[in-house]
Parts: sequence; C-alpha cells; structure tokens
Amino acid sequence: MIKACSRIALLLSLLLLGGCDYLLFDPKGPIAQEQMWLIIVSFAVMLIVVIPVFFMTFLFSIKYRDKESTAEYLPDWEHSNKIEAVVWTVPLLIILVLGVITYKTSFSLDPRQALNSDQPTMRIQVVAMDWKWLFIYPEQEIATVNEFAMPINQPVEFLVTSDTVMNSFFVPQLGSMIYAMAGMENQLNLLADQPGEFRGLSANYSGFGFSGMKFKALAKTNSEFTDWVDQVKARPRVLDADAFEQLSIKTKDHPVEYFSSVHPLLFNRIIEKYTGVQNGQ
Amino acid sequence: MPLIVGLMNLVVPLQIGARDVAFPFLNSLSFWLFVVGAMLVNASLFVGEFAATGWLAYPPLSGLEYSPWVGVDYWLWALQISGIGTLLSGVNFFVTIIRMRAPGMTLMKMPVFTWTSLCANVLIILAFPILTVTITLLTLDRYLGTAFFTNDLGGNQMMYVNLIWAWGHPEVYILILPAFGIFSEVTATFSRKRLFGYTSLVYATACIMFLSFIVWLHHFFTMGAGASVNAFFGIATMIISIPTGVKIFNWLFTMYKGRVRFDSPMWWTAAFLITFTIGGMTGVMLAIPAANFVLHNSLFLVAHFHNVIIGGALFGYFAGLTYWFPKATGFKLDETLGKWACALWTVGFFLAFMPLYVLGFMGMTRRLNYYDNPVWNDWLLVSGFGALVVLLAICVQFYQIFASIRDRNKNLDLTGDPWDARTLEWSTSSPPPFYNFARTPDVRDRDQFDYLKRHGLAFKQPEQYSRIHMPKNTWAGIVIAVFSGVMGFGFVWHIWWMVIASTLAMLVALLVYNFQKSKDYYVEVEEIEAIEDAHFARVEAAMTSSKNERSEYSVRRRGTPLSMPA
Repeated sequence: MIKACSRIALLLSLLLLGGCDYLLFDPKGPIAQEQMWLIIVSFAVMLIVVIPVFFMTFLFSIKYRDKESTAEYLPDWEHSNKIEAVVWTVPLLIILVLGVITYKTSFSLDPRQALNSDQPTMRIQVVAMDWKWLFIYPEQEIATVNEFAMPINQPVEFLVTSDTVMNSFFVPQLGSMIYAMAGMENQLNLLADQPGEFRGLSANYSGFGFSGMKFKALAKTNSEFTDWVDQVKARPRVLDADAFEQLSIKTKDHPVEYFSSVHPLLFNRIIEKYTGVQNGQ
Repeated sequence: MPLIVGLMNLVVPLQIGARDVAFPFLNSLSFWLFVVGAMLVNASLFVGEFAATGWLAYPPLSGLEYSPWVGVDYWLWALQISGIGTLLSGVNFFVTIIRMRAPGMTLMKMPVFTWTSLCANVLIILAFPILTVTITLLTLDRYLGTAFFTNDLGGNQMMYVNLIWAWGHPEVYILILPAFGIFSEVTATFSRKRLFGYTSLVYATACIMFLSFIVWLHHFFTMGAGASVNAFFGIATMIISIPTGVKIFNWLFTMYKGRVRFDSPMWWTAAFLITFTIGGMTGVMLAIPAANFVLHNSLFLVAHFHNVIIGGALFGYFAGLTYWFPKATGFKLDETLGKWACALWTVGFFLAFMPLYVLGFMGMTRRLNYYDNPVWNDWLLVSGFGALVVLLAICVQFYQIFASIRDRNKNLDLTGDPWDARTLEWSTSSPPPFYNFARTPDVRDRDQFDYLKRHGLAFKQPEQYSRIHMPKNTWAGIVIAVFSGVMGFGFVWHIWWMVIASTLAMLVALLVYNFQKSKDYYVEVEEIEAIEDAHFARVEAAMTSSKNERSEYSVRRRGTPLSMPA
C-alpha cells in the first residue's frame, strides 16, 4: 500500500520536477534510493495533517469573517474534549509511524553499516584539504585529487578525515554525507549500481575556497575500472613527501591530479599528525 | 531577538498588572549591554574585518590557526557582551512574572503571551550560561593558546559543536515561543472569542520548553554518531512537532465559530498558519537522520529554517508590533500599508524560499559564493526575484512607520483599547503612564479586561488614589555597558591598557551606583490624579463623540456579548 502510494507520489514529483537535474530524485545506488523513498514517504504521511490545516485556515477565515454573517458565534466556547483528543491523537499517531521509520532507517542506513553484497568491500581513503579532496587507494596504492573512480555493484567503504578544518564529504546521487574532521576517521559505506559521472562536493563551509571544493565521482564497470587504475599507474607523478607538501598549499578550484604511487600509511599519518600518536605508538 | 525582548518589556508588566519589571536597573543594564554588543559587531565592518566563519563559528575554522584575523574576536566579544545582557534579562523577566503578578492572577490565569515569555525566559536562564562558557573557551583558545577545540594537542572540535548547539537549539525556541504567544493573543482578540484550549496551549508550550533541551544533536547527524544516538535525537525532535501541531489547531479552533476581523495583525496570523505549517513539515523530514544525510547543509535546510524563523517568529513579531504599537505610542500604524506589507512579505517569502527547497533536491549546498552548475540558474533567479519582493515589503514597512507618525492624529488611540481586546494591558491608557496602573488591578478572569467590559466595569475612574512607589532613573546601566564595549574593543585589538582601564571603570561605576542611598521615590496622589483625570476625559470624549460613532472607538466598547446567541 505504502509502496503503491509512494510510487504515485514519485511519478507526480518526477512530472513536476521533470528530469535528472534533481539529483536526490535521480539516485544511482541503493542508499540514495532508499533515502529518496524516505523523503517521499515522510512527506506524504505529513500531508495528513498539513492539508487539513490549509483547508481549515481558508475555510475558517472565510466562513467566520466579521461580516453580516449568519455563521454561528460562540464567544465563550473555549474547550472541547473531542477536538482536544483529535488534535493530540492525530499528530501523535503520525509521529509514531514516522518514529518507527526513523528508528529502522537510522540503523539500516547508518553510514558505518557494511553493505550486503557478494563482492568484497573496496576501501577508498578520503582527505579534505584546503580546498581540494585527496583520494587514496590503499589496495591499488594510487592517489587522485578531486576525482575518484569506483567499480559498480561493489560496496565501497570511504574512510574520511581532514587535514584542515571541518568539511563534509557528499555525493548526492550515491547517498549519505559524512563530516571530515582532523584527527578522526569517519566511515561511509556506499554503492553505485549504474555507471556514470556524478557530482561530489563539500557540504560544510570551510573558508574562502569552499565553493570550489568539488570533485567528480566516476562509477565504472569492472573492466573500465581496471583500465582507469592502470592509466593512473602509468602517470609520471608520485605522491611523495614533496608532492604532499605541494598539495597542502591552500588553492582554490584545484585541478584533477593523478599520482601513480603513494605511501600506504599516508592516510594514517595524516590522522596521527593531530592525535600526538606517531607510527602507532 | 532584541525585537521580542522589547515587546516583552512593553507587554509583560502590563499584562500581569505590574508597575515595572522586578529589577529596573538590571533591565537598563541588559538593554545597553545588548546595544553595545550590536555596535561592536557592526564596528567590525568598518574597523578590521567581519568574521567569515558562518553563524556559529565552528572551530577549527574559527581557531587562531585558520582565522588569525580580528573578525572572530569581534564576533566573540560582541556575542559575549550581549549574551550576558540577555541572561540578565532572562532572570529579570522570570522573577517579574513569578513574583509581581496582580492579586488574583494565578499561573493558569496568565495571558498566553506572558506564559510563553515565561517559558522563553526559563530557556534563556538555562541555555545562555552554556553560550557564555562555550565562547569563553573559544576565546581562551584564541588568546591564551589553550587547546579546547583545536585540531591538535588533544583538542576536540566536536565538543564545541555539541556545546554551541546545546545553547543554539533552545535559542531558536526562545525566538519562536513568544511568537506563539503573540498569535494566541491576536487570534483571540480578532476572533472576538476566548482562546480555544488555553490549558493545552500552556502544556504544549511547557512540553516544547522541556524537549528543546534534548534535541540539539539533530544539527549534526552527519558528524558520525552511532545509529542509536541519531535515532534518539531524531525521534525526540519529531515529538516536538506534536505540541506544535496542537497549537496550530488551537488557533484554528479559536477562529472557529468566532467573528474574525481581518485587521493587519490577523493577516500576519493567517500568513503564519500556512507558512509555518510548511516549515514544520520540512523540519520533521530533516529530523529523520537517514533523510538528513542527504539534506543536511543543503539549501533545503536553509529553506527550512527561514521557513520557521521568518514564517514563524518574524511574522509573529510583525503581528505583535502592529498589535501593541498603539499601546506604546498612542496611535495605530497605518492599516492599509500594513496589509500591503504583509501581502508582499508573504508572496516574496514564497518566491524566495520555495525554490531553495527544490535547489536542495538538486544538490546545491549553502554558503557558496560562486557556482558552475547552469541547471540551478532558473530557480535561483526566481528566488532572487522573491528577495526583491521582500525588499519592497521592507520598504513599505518603513514607509508605513513614517506615514503613521506623520498622520498620527488620524489614528489616535484615545481609549487605550484600539482593538477591543481582552487582556489587562488594554485597560490602561495608550501610551501607559510611567506607573502603568494607578491602582493595582484585581484579577478575576483569564481575559480580565473583556470580563470588565462585559460587566460594565471598564473605563470607570476609581474614587481615590494612593501614592505609588517607583524607582528613580539611573545613569549606571548605560555607563557600565559603554565601558564593557570599550573593554571588548580593547580585547579585539589586544590593547591591554584599555582593557584594564575599562574593567576598572565598570567596577567603580557599579560600586558608586550600589552605594547610592536613594534609588526610589513616591509619586504623590495629586500627580496621579492629574494624569488619570486627563486620561478619563479623553476616554469620555472618544466614547461620546458622534464623529467616532462608526469607528472602532465607540460603539463596541462592551466586550463580547454576555448571553450566547442561539
């Protein structure tokens, strides 16, 4: 029933919104898709209260206007157990329904929750810098800036931190965002089920270059992804200490960069820099 | 916030039949502290630079390492000074409402605006110390090199985010609760009817007051707390919508079977009912953590909080301003212009903010100063046009004030009761005499003034007066506040002699004031008689004048009819 209703709602909203510019209604992975349904369903459920409120506002404003009205006038009427019961119960029931949905989805869509799949989970380490995103592939031992690729239908665990102030890692069409904070590692599990190029961005204000802190998220088939990794590996530059220092300089609208090799512990070192722990000691 | 505290200052003592607030000197000090704080933050536009760290200045961005300039310091000291002013006000109003109500006014006979003010002030008392401490800690980080919120040395930015929202969330309810009170007064008055469900409105307000302290985490579901923490705060947030929804229905059922007059305060109320409901709905959507993960920090969020702050709090303040303006000044604001302002505000609001919801769905985040995505253009244009309509509405409001002052003789309020209203503040003259009430009222009914009018007891001059005990005016508030501003400025620029000198000056001023012997005096009976005779002569003239027969001023001074028509 809810499924059918929400399908109709989706159709309507698609008609209204008309197309794929509306990233949240054009999901490319299961997480984003469930979140889209969540938005639509919660919206629909709340209309149960909202529509009567609109209706009553207009009706009472017109019907009880102080004209030579014949409508009933009860200046001392100030209480009714029946009405009180209804106005407390209806919102209560709606919140009960939404509360159950909230409780369930808080767990099922928890960013830390590993995704069910027969494929092994791939890891990508994400570092927010001033004002660019660094992606490190610990398994492939490559690194990229402002662009990352992931194979479709394979769950990816993003490990997110910051080498500067707080940022937020967000690819709208794949789903959830998560804050990037220095000295800490946040986990975000996402999956793309269609190939494509998606917009990614920082969703938390981080200073002057914030507006340009965008990146491309590429979802590729397995073979395409392998090709992409090989191409990156063929690049001349490596992410050594000098290159990292270069990267740490504050820049706006930073271009895409590829590094054919990176130290596998770079990500941990960036975190350790702020925790006072070095090399695991 | 200053607007609503101003309205409380005007209205609360009058509604509870008091002569003044409990601590008049403290009140003056709080006001001037706020003025100084506002001046200090504005000074940063001219001397130095404005903070570029967002509303709440999250560290580490606001820390010394990433913001080494004076902008954040201005923000800190301005907020600190005016925050302390607000805290003192909160204590003052709390004591006033608890201790200084007229005889007979039990808590459950208080007007709803006083109730919501009471709850808002409880929130101030409990929440503002958190703000004081939080920004003190950030100040220490910036001035003394401590590491409470830094990236390294064991500091933790998440602590700041928690603390600032533990203040920040109650703060938004400090803004909205008094607006709810205003709508309650306005709806009852203009529907010529008792407020529907007074008891449940009071309990709903108290519920919201309590709940507002256990929802702060919904401002950062995306920080990575576990699923159970997020679920708790999400559900707690949604529960707030229950008492809020009840309030909406209470106002609607106050209009039901009433005689609704659409004067401009009622226009604002109708506009509020629609816009605030939308804002409440999107608020519940944001409260679902899993949905919040894609909506947070997007323009959807921006649209939501403008929806509740403008469509809720601000419209309420405008309603209150129009409603109580004649009480403060003795003349009404121009009604036609007021209705134009309301209409333009509402249209402009919808044009400006509804597109932002859509842009949120398109993945546009807040606080971008440039963008490269052409598909956003159309909606941004609509929104920009809406902002222009709002600007026009604001111009109309300024003109309304100007025109109303110019033509004040046309809109004079001679009786003190221009709207045929129901509560005590309307039983005294407009503007009220400096002692508010010549005789302390004896309260029988929730709608005391309506009760007096219905029983033919209103507008009757008492036989005799007795002298009134009043506080003297004092210089101390403004002097202390100005020195606090100088101290803040000294801190911002690290001018230490200035800090020390102004701190000493504040202490000296406080001591001198406190050792003054005579802080109060008595108003003699002759003076009261002269003022009151003049007032009742004006009332008499207004009531009998044939010129005014058709206007609001004469015919319907009898309150709502005693016997209910069938």
